[in-house]
Amino acid sequence: MANKSLQEISLDGLWKNNPALVQLLGLCPLLAVTGTVVNAIGLGLATILVLVGSNIAVSLIRNHVADAVRLPAFVMIIASFVTVTELVMQALTYELYQILGIFIPLIVTNCAILGRADAFACKNGVIPSAVDGLTMGLGFTVVLILLGVIREVIGQGTLFTNMDLIFGEMAVNWKIVIFEDYPDFLFAILPPGAFVAMGLIIAVKNLVDTHLEEKAAANKAAVEVGSKRARVTGKIS
Amino acid sequence: MALSNSGFVKITSPHTHGGNTTSRIMLLVILATVPGIIALTYFFGWGTLINIVLASFTALACEALILKIRKRPISFFLKDNSALLTAVLLGIALPPLAPWWVTVVAVSFAMIFAKHLYGGLGNNPFNPAMVGYALVLISFPVQMTTNWTVPYFMSGAETIPFTNSLSVIFSGTAGLSDAFTGATPLDTYKHLAKNETAVEILQNPLFSSDVAGAASGGSASNWFAGGWEFVNIAFLLGGLALLALRIFTWHIPLSLLAALGTCSVIFGWDADLYVPWSLHIFTGATMLGAFFIATDPVTASTTPLGKIIYGAGIGILIFVIRTWGAYPDAVAFAVLLMNFAAPLIDTYTQPRTYGHEKAKRGMPAKLDTSTTDSTSKEG
Repeated sequence: MANKSLQEISLDGLWKNNPALVQLLGLCPLLAVTGTVVNAIGLGLATILVLVGSNIAVSLIRNHVADAVRLPAFVMIIASFVTVTELVMQALTYELYQILGIFIPLIVTNCAILGRADAFACKNGVIPSAVDGLTMGLGFTVVLILLGVIREVIGQGTLFTNMDLIFGEMAVNWKIVIFEDYPDFLFAILPPGAFVAMGLIIAVKNLVDTHLEEKAAANKAAVEVGSKRARVTGKIS
Repeated sequence: MALSNSGFVKITSPHTHGGNTTSRIMLLVILATVPGIIALTYFFGWGTLINIVLASFTALACEALILKIRKRPISFFLKDNSALLTAVLLGIALPPLAPWWVTVVAVSFAMIFAKHLYGGLGNNPFNPAMVGYALVLISFPVQMTTNWTVPYFMSGAETIPFTNSLSVIFSGTAGLSDAFTGATPLDTYKHLAKNETAVEILQNPLFSSDVAGAASGGSASNWFAGGWEFVNIAFLLGGLALLALRIFTWHIPLSLLAALGTCSVIFGWDADLYVPWSLHIFTGATMLGAFFIATDPVTASTTPLGKIIYGAGIGILIFVIRTWGAYPDAVAFAVLLMNFAAPLIDTYTQPRTYGHEKAKRGMPAKLDTSTTDSTSKEG
């Protein structure tokens, strides 16, 4: 674990050990606020901020906190960063802050964050921990945005509604109406639709993984044939 | 058939086969819905038939598509009629003038998500037709509750010709006046009961301009409503025919109707406040639910006692959701909730096997060691 290169850490966070798709952590905000893309991006950014901050802080204090009290210490750190994030959002994106509501303070209970603190940051140096926090957060955010896109298109027939809440004036016209006169598909807007969409995304990921494995196995088999022959000829020496 | 080809015919005892195959049972159930479909078409217009045809094509297409993806024999499974039955039940359950995309969404969700993602016929924990119905009911509440056509005999209502039904279903209700569509009697009674007494409610054309009401001089003492009693009686007849053919046993329908009737008599004694029992039993989807949906052999409980508990649970839930819930009818939700409970009910109601003690807490009892001492040598 400690010897992982930064590339491996990044690959883990974004794909192989994606907090949302593989570890299935942080499902509560994932299912609750991904009704639109803008909500998803908002929560994703907040989560990245907290995750990077808490990972760095936990990594810094990892040799000074007794094992027995490490979890309360982690939760204190995470709670502090969540409070900071909450205040920042209140200052910069007040409307989005109101839309996300309780799910911002609830980032404290997002097990993806505590999980990274306990499984990675408290065993690794500052830089690997920061990279881990960033990529895990990005992996989580990508899934959030993907869910947001699926649910917004199917639920409301639009894409990128209200993007100006995050990106300011320039994003006012980003809204794309995909289906005119669309009857709201409430199922996709409600959490059960998020469950179904999430299941489908996980299925696609597994499909890709299986495909890659088969490809790798095929390549490996080809190499093995060659190596056998090499061993046969190797007897000559 | 497949078995005899692979040499599995060496059976010594004189076994006979009842001749019941999946496709025959499904076909019989579909045929048994015909009286109900005729009654629905008679009272509410062509919409139901159009829905059923549309649903059937969608269901077969979805089934074929997903079987192809799952690499299963397509024609073998298409011939078992189960997709068709799901489609027919959904076509009956949906409002006659529901837009075409409501039907397509409901049926494809039922076939792909509720049936095949769980492993296909026989593996689905939830009744596919009801999953599809619940999906569109919570997703499109407006289209699902206001597109019931008004029965033809009501004052001011006209029968909608076939071509008009088609255009309404495929291009929207624009231009269609309120005289054609409205809420169901159950919904109407529940809402009127907030302000009016029973006598006043029954003055509503939905209740007083009934066929039976007309026969009895249009008196307000008529407790049935809007053609629905004939629809339900037709489904009851179809269900009784299936019962006589032993497609299912009496346990689930009887316990369901008994529980629903008992609840509505006990709690609904005051007709000024609650929907009376006659409306509970003879309007809405009660008979369809009791005989055609709750009895689905895959998702229902399987033990005799379990079936009674399962049916009674559905009956109670129907009453509770209809009376205190926000939706006009409750059969779909009640059936789905009891589908959840069916495996648990089965576990705790296993009948005693001959020669064994009764199962305790769902675990089969051990062999009685005092009598089988000489033969059993289990450590």
